[in-house]
Amino acid sequence: MTKQRVVVTGLGTINPLGNNVSDTWKKLVGGVSGIDYITLFDASDLPVTFAGEVKNFDANEYMGKQNARKLDRSGHLSIFAAEEAIQDAGFDLSKPLGEDFGIVFGTGIGGIGATEDAVRVYDERGSTRISPLAITQLMPNSSTGQVAIKYGIQGPSLTITTACAASANAIGEAKRMIEQNIVDKVLVGGTESGTTSMTIGAFAQIKALSKQNDEPQKACKPFDKNRDGFVMAEGSTVLILESESSAKDRNVEVYGYISGYGSSTDAYHITAPSEGGVGALRAMEKAISNADISNEKIDYINAHGTSTPANDLNETLAIKSLMNDYAYEVNISSTKSMTGHLLGGGGAFEAMASLLTMKNNQIPPTINLNDSDEDCDLNYTPNHFVDKNMDHVMSNSFGFGGHNAVLIFSKQ
Amino acid sequence: MEVNEVFEKVKTLFEEELGIDSEKINMDAKLEEDLEIDSLGIVEVVMAFEDEFEIEIDDEELTDVGTVGQAVNLLHSKL
Repeated sequence: MTKQRVVVTGLGTINPLGNNVSDTWKKLVGGVSGIDYITLFDASDLPVTFAGEVKNFDANEYMGKQNARKLDRSGHLSIFAAEEAIQDAGFDLSKPLGEDFGIVFGTGIGGIGATEDAVRVYDERGSTRISPLAITQLMPNSSTGQVAIKYGIQGPSLTITTACAASANAIGEAKRMIEQNIVDKVLVGGTESGTTSMTIGAFAQIKALSKQNDEPQKACKPFDKNRDGFVMAEGSTVLILESESSAKDRNVEVYGYISGYGSSTDAYHITAPSEGGVGALRAMEKAISNADISNEKIDYINAHGTSTPANDLNETLAIKSLMNDYAYEVNISSTKSMTGHLLGGGGAFEAMASLLTMKNNQIPPTINLNDSDEDCDLNYTPNHFVDKNMDHVMSNSFGFGGHNAVLIFSKQ
Repeated sequence: MEVNEVFEKVKTLFEEELGIDSEKINMDAKLEEDLEIDSLGIVEVVMAFEDEFEIEIDDEELTDVGTVGQAVNLLHSKL
């Protein structure tokens, strides 16, 4: 059987910038920050008081209270984003997607809020008062199962938890499922809604978060000399992946091809990137090899660009090792400068951002990049979008644990 | 407490705690079919009853409870 090429035919999202793809894209190109002070809980005693929260979303209103209370917030966001993607791909929401559809979700920490709630109840009232919904809300595969139930997806399913590389790995593994003719359509998502007082506290303890509490919108400054950590964010992004032949049979528009996927593991340190970004470099090399193009064909890199001192430096070094002189020419940007760090949802969001970048021939900027760091001296598209014709774009995602996942999208 | 008072308390609890549409809640309503309370939901319902009425309900006592009316009568008998 011939190897299928894989296209993206549907996108859906809910994130700190917007509650649909179109609004999100406008904010990305406009260089608008989605970061603000935390409203979901009282964060006043925490070392970090801001995050990227989804706004104007009421799960009770969206799915009814009886349904909403069965899911945790990541489940709500996943079902919401999936609806837009399924409709965008031209499927009828009233019919189950069926056995021809697979589903793969990526998440970093699953229903961590539900875990915390259950522990709190256990401590205060004992085991017999723990909610019977606790397990189904906290398990990391909750979104996978709930989205499958909601939309009738009965093909193969997977949940990937490679921290902040999770949903980039999810897209890559779904690509392989289609290439190998296991299934010809896969709904792929990345969701995180793990901003709680405990996670903010815990990430702050390992010095991973920006503490620039005075100006939340300006705190996330990837590649800037004064960057001091990432900004927690929440959201869900869903993509409909399909074999080229299936998309042609259905006569639907495509956003682009997923032409390359590479993954690797640092095997170095549980949080710090390997020196010189050699682990990330291996993933980039594999993705480019998988896409069967040369390095100079990459027109844009959606960087992992978390705004931590270590990531941005080592990612820069890895890009230099990969591309040599061309590293100084290629447009790079970090959309995390606007969204914050969607953790396990980041790969899917940034895949969407990369596809829209390529399709619209517009590169979203890295905002808050004002003071250059002499060690981060590449073309990060600072503060204003750039018009550019693009044929191939690359998206980097790296996670705690040393997980690296790189995707390449192509117009043809 | 009278049976109708127990019913009103159960109705309020279903509405406010579980988000069930009040129009669906009557003595004949089947918990699973009409009110869409699944096996996990039943555990929640029992926990809510125990908290509201300050009683304990054993699993065996639930064997014959399939409708709101049967639940109300069980609660009434335990008060």
